[in-house]
Amino acid sequence: MFSKDRWNEILEALNANKFRTFLTAFGVFWGITILVLLLALTNGLKNGVMSDFGDFATNSMFMWTQGTSKPYKGLPKGRYFNYKIDDVAAIKNQVPNLKYVSPRNQLGGFRGNNNVIRGTKTGAFEIYGDYPEYIKQQPMDIIDGRFLSYSDIEAKRKICVVGTGVVKGLYDKDEDVLGTYIKINGVNFLVVGTFKMSNSRGDGEQDANTIYIPFTTFGQAFNRGDRVGWMAITAVDGIPITSIKKQVFELMKSRHKVHPEDDRAIGHFDLSEQFERINGLFSILTIVGYFVGALVLMSGIIGISNIMLIVVKERTKEIGIRRALGASPWTIKSQILQESLILTILSGMVGISFAALVIWIMNTILDNAGPVENFANPSVSMQVVFTALIILVVSGVLAGLIPANSATKMKPVDALRIE
Amino acid sequence: MIQIKDLHKSYHMGSNSLHVLKGINFDVKEGELVSIMGSSGSGKSTLLNILGMLDEADTGSYILDNVPIKGLNEKIAAKYRNEFLGFIFQSFNLINYKSALDNVSMPLYYKGIKRKERTERAMHYLEKVGLAQWSHHLPSELSGGQKQRVAIARALASDPKVLLADEPTGALDTKTSYEVMELIQGINDEGKTILVVTHEHDIAQMTKRIVNLKDGVIIDDSKVEQVRASQYV
Repeated sequence: MFSKDRWNEILEALNANKFRTFLTAFGVFWGITILVLLLALTNGLKNGVMSDFGDFATNSMFMWTQGTSKPYKGLPKGRYFNYKIDDVAAIKNQVPNLKYVSPRNQLGGFRGNNNVIRGTKTGAFEIYGDYPEYIKQQPMDIIDGRFLSYSDIEAKRKICVVGTGVVKGLYDKDEDVLGTYIKINGVNFLVVGTFKMSNSRGDGEQDANTIYIPFTTFGQAFNRGDRVGWMAITAVDGIPITSIKKQVFELMKSRHKVHPEDDRAIGHFDLSEQFERINGLFSILTIVGYFVGALVLMSGIIGISNIMLIVVKERTKEIGIRRALGASPWTIKSQILQESLILTILSGMVGISFAALVIWIMNTILDNAGPVENFANPSVSMQVVFTALIILVVSGVLAGLIPANSATKMKPVDALRIE
Repeated sequence: MIQIKDLHKSYHMGSNSLHVLKGINFDVKEGELVSIMGSSGSGKSTLLNILGMLDEADTGSYILDNVPIKGLNEKIAAKYRNEFLGFIFQSFNLINYKSALDNVSMPLYYKGIKRKERTERAMHYLEKVGLAQWSHHLPSELSGGQKQRVAIARALASDPKVLLADEPTGALDTKTSYEVMELIQGINDEGKTILVVTHEHDIAQMTKRIVNLKDGVIIDDSKVEQVRASQYV
């Protein structure tokens, strides 16, 4: 279909009126630029907002206890209770489709009192009692040494894994960290690893000022026994935690003599639900992006169609001559179609490239100026580029259809008569 | 080569009907050089358009090189035009953004001939009309006579059976007209059948046969002593 001759024919025709070709192409160029930029900005917004979730496994929820609000089985309302370590095993055994159930305890808080001492240095850090699975829910990079292990849990070893902020606060530069001891609330812990959060954003300082110790050690050393502060529960992939959480709550209610309808007794934060909500929001934004972009593109397409109609009208005589020389109607039609197609695709490609350039500049500026709230790394995937190209091809054909038909509607004898 | 029997053609404009051709009968043998004369409105252009398959007759038969031309769709008409006919127009009808060479090779392009051979053949015909050194000029860079010669080369390019010339000298001065007629005579001498529509008597005298049309019928059809254009040039 596309021989070299065809190309020459088409390029010659487009070259015959360069300025008009340029103006026509500009409409489509602009349309596709806006389409791609809109999608890239949507993506940037999405990346920005999603990064607030950090790397935490999104199909998760956190669950803690609150005071009961209904009397039940002779127990008064306003009663406080705690999860026990047995609850974890019960949840794991009785609720299917859960991937991780991590009980957690915490000491200290964000900018709390000084609670850690090493030699003459002190610092206020967050201390968490955790199980080894926790690193799977909250990915972190172990810089040195190791994370907690099950033998630590079983032996209740007094070891700890510290964040980069802790190292900065308690150690001199170039000092060996592993194998040293730090004193947490008066208890000595051996440092076996250092970590930093992968892709840390926002809560960076807090994350870095964190110390992880084995859950069991925490209970023994800080007098918590087998009580559990809260749990981080992750469901298996493909089954949203939102659909499972009710079973977990019911189990907890029955184990702690809470009224089955007492929804206030168990507090929780459903990360998956929040994540889905925002995901849904951005799906809609993406659709809006496509829609608005396509509308802008459409005016470009109509421009092409319009100009091609004028071109066909102007070339009526030329078309008559070509037909007198033996061009079949289909030859003429396909030439008009291909002219519009090539015009559309070429200007579209330039538009996509231009949009890519703008995106690149945006990213460079963002990289240099530092992170902006709720906006990061605007980009489009190859899929979007291909979709845009398909839209271009389809619209190029559509743009050429009416002009191509009108080109052969006139009888050659009438076409030749036009001056 | 051409056999026409009882050809009728009318145009309808609103409620009015204009009967342009009222039963034309005429034959053209191979190698003839025929001029069709007549005042405007006599139907000579309509006849030429029908001969050129650009228009179709209402009734009557038209046989071109033993092929009946009837009820053609546009695709086949285009093919026949390409194979059988070469057109020469009063206003040259060259495509103005194409070089002389490209203009000449257009019929070959539509015939589906490869570029290399096309260029060779187009060049050959340009040489024949004496414009080889102008092959890469655009029509706007050529004089009227040169343009018409390019058009003649184009008409010849696909080696058609019949050349149809519609007032080929209508837009040219006398001297150039004779030059063009000399070229047409030369082509006819080589055996090509040519029909020339004209209203100029001196041009008609340069053909071998004059068909006179008036009000849609042939009033006179006679062989003439051909005047060679070369004696005026």
